[in-house]
Amino acid sequence: MLRGLFNSVQIAVGAFGIGLLIGTGGAYGKLYGGPVMRDLLEVYTTIVRAVPELVLILLLYFAGTDLINRVLEAMGYARIDVNGLVAGIWVLAFVQGAYATEVIRGAILSVPQGQIEAARAYGMSPGMMLRRITLPAMLPFAIPGLANLWLIATKDTALLAIVGFNELTQETRTAAGQTKAYFTFFMAAGALYLALTLVSNVIIARIERWSRRGTPSVAGGGR
Amino acid sequence: MQNILKAAAAALILTASGISFANAEEVKIGFSPEAYPPFYSADASGNWTGWEVDIVNAICEEAKFDCVMTPIPWDGLIPGLTTKKIDAIMNSMSITAEREKTIAFSNKYYNTPTAIVGPKGESFGATPEDLKGKILGVQVSTVHSAYAKKHFTDAAEIKEYQTQDEANQDLAAGRIDATQADSIALDAFLQSDQGKECCDLKGYVAEDLEILGPGVGAGVRKEDTELKEKINAAIKAIRDNGKYDEITKKYFDFDIYGS
Amino acid sequence: MSVQPAPGIVDATARASLWLQPHRIILIAVALALFAAAAFFMRWDWIPQYYDLALQGLWRTIWILVVTVILGFMLAVPLGLAQAAGPRWLAWPAQAFCTVIRGTPLLLQLWLLYYGLGSLFPQFPWIRQSELWPYLRQAWPYAVLSLTISYAAYEGEVMRGAFAGVPRGQLEAARAYGMSRWKVFRRIWMPQAFFRALPTLAGETVLQLKATPLVATITVVDIYAVASRVRQDTFIVYEPLLLLALIYLIITGIIVFAFKKIEARIPVRVA
Repeated sequence: MLRGLFNSVQIAVGAFGIGLLIGTGGAYGKLYGGPVMRDLLEVYTTIVRAVPELVLILLLYFAGTDLINRVLEAMGYARIDVNGLVAGIWVLAFVQGAYATEVIRGAILSVPQGQIEAARAYGMSPGMMLRRITLPAMLPFAIPGLANLWLIATKDTALLAIVGFNELTQETRTAAGQTKAYFTFFMAAGALYLALTLVSNVIIARIERWSRRGTPSVAGGGR
Repeated sequence: MQNILKAAAAALILTASGISFANAEEVKIGFSPEAYPPFYSADASGNWTGWEVDIVNAICEEAKFDCVMTPIPWDGLIPGLTTKKIDAIMNSMSITAEREKTIAFSNKYYNTPTAIVGPKGESFGATPEDLKGKILGVQVSTVHSAYAKKHFTDAAEIKEYQTQDEANQDLAAGRIDATQADSIALDAFLQSDQGKECCDLKGYVAEDLEILGPGVGAGVRKEDTELKEKINAAIKAIRDNGKYDEITKKYFDFDIYGS
Repeated sequence: MSVQPAPGIVDATARASLWLQPHRIILIAVALALFAAAAFFMRWDWIPQYYDLALQGLWRTIWILVVTVILGFMLAVPLGLAQAAGPRWLAWPAQAFCTVIRGTPLLLQLWLLYYGLGSLFPQFPWIRQSELWPYLRQAWPYAVLSLTISYAAYEGEVMRGAFAGVPRGQLEAARAYGMSRWKVFRRIWMPQAFFRALPTLAGETVLQLKATPLVATITVVDIYAVASRVRQDTFIVYEPLLLLALIYLIITGIIVFAFKKIEARIPVRVA
């Protein structure tokens, strides 16, 4: 079960990290991209947020790896074997990316326009502006939403049990089936997930305080 | 666009450190990560053991394959095979006409009758009349669910489970009245503490070769005839050199190869 | 006298032409082409065979969604109220409940209830003799129970914020009018909190819809289970899943639209 927990955390971290990258890119695309880009991103976020994760996971897990291999074969490369861990991370990252896009877009919008204009007036390049102004300034606005996403990511890893991946829930089911002590094992797994959430909450609170340093306190922080 | 593709491919390869390039001798054997004793069961640390695991190892050794056991849920095995996630299925999968539309099978490596198990204290058999008004649990997309749908639909309510283990669990909990599965797998359940307490064998279902098929074989892709021939040769070899019997003796007191 | 088009129509056409920019038309054409290609090149011959089953599954999905949302909301109100205004011995358990449920995966809760409790039943023979047994042995009560609990916990958290967000002054004013505590709750506090929670309610309901396919793992035959069965029977992988995704998209669209309608009818503006 501890191995399962480790796998779960690994997937959650991976999916959240890549999801953040997708989200940042997506948010930028939505705010500053061309009209086609914007519409495509809108379609992406709408579909991902409307279709159950379970269906997406099945679709991407079976279709996604198949598609990658077909593309690779068409381009003349050898087919690759995408293992469960990697496929799981990418699938969840794809889902997380859609939510992260919305969160980060909202956060960037809450950065006072004047700051960005000032940065531009200083002659900063867009990349530097992103690194020095936009990202740090939007962080306090984005963290509550992102924290929520992180908690969703840890719980969504349970869905990978359906595609037979050995994460915590699946390991629990195997162990429970072996010993027939279903109740005990599911309870124990629940406690592990809960512990993960509570530890995360403590860390998130720290990060939030750190990211707000130097800004006037804002009442209430998202949901 | 090219750049984006390249970047995406690079990112994919970078993050996907777990990706390995398949080489010629490697054969990925698909199996469902569920307890199906005595063929497949996991020990406390999650390693898979059982009769079929031993047979798979013996076949791989005989055919000089570098076998990689790849867990895929039961209902994803055939799609996994056709999409090349795995190269062969060796998971007590019966050879049936329906499945042969999609994949090919090696020769059988065991064949056992199909049984029905129900709670102690109730006496009924394995005919449609016996099961009238009862709830029958089967595992999805097995020969047993196909058989139940064909023969018992009018009489019983059929409930489908992702794994046989869950059906057994619900039988013990009294949520279903009977379950139909391979007789050996059910025998293992009846030997367990839980099974001993709740249930016993009710009978064997009537033969239906079209659905139940001639036995259990290794599933391979239709175009992989070479792999199929190698597996056939390996099965024959371990039957001939006594390895098969040696493994079987560890788990059973009779020959499960069938006639 | 020249005929003036009604202002509403001008607005609508102007908005439509704004929305239908050239690139959008191309995108829509591409989407339609993809759709047509999917309809034409993929295998859909299994649909007539599973049509009845799919309708039943769809009905079950919607039924579970509606029942659990209503029951869950009814539970969420006291949960939110207890946390926002209750005494500590009420607030604390309510908060603990929300944290525990929100901190563990729904799939695990579902399996804990179904297989976990199920494995305990054989130890208590009297349960099997009881009147409730015919219900307890089926799968849907567990599905409804666990989805209801989950919705209640998430929505309870929202309602806590909503109750706390109603301005104190309004409640005090109502009290000053001589309203009883119950009347204040019914006429002022509850409606205001409800309107505040409404926008998030739509989102939570969509999340709830997305949680319903999990019940397929405990043998409830919902629309997702039907799609899985098609996949298992015919070994067609993508088509049933794509159709399933489309069905969920449509249901989500309906939910969002319905909540927008309700929101538009709210008489009071909440600051």
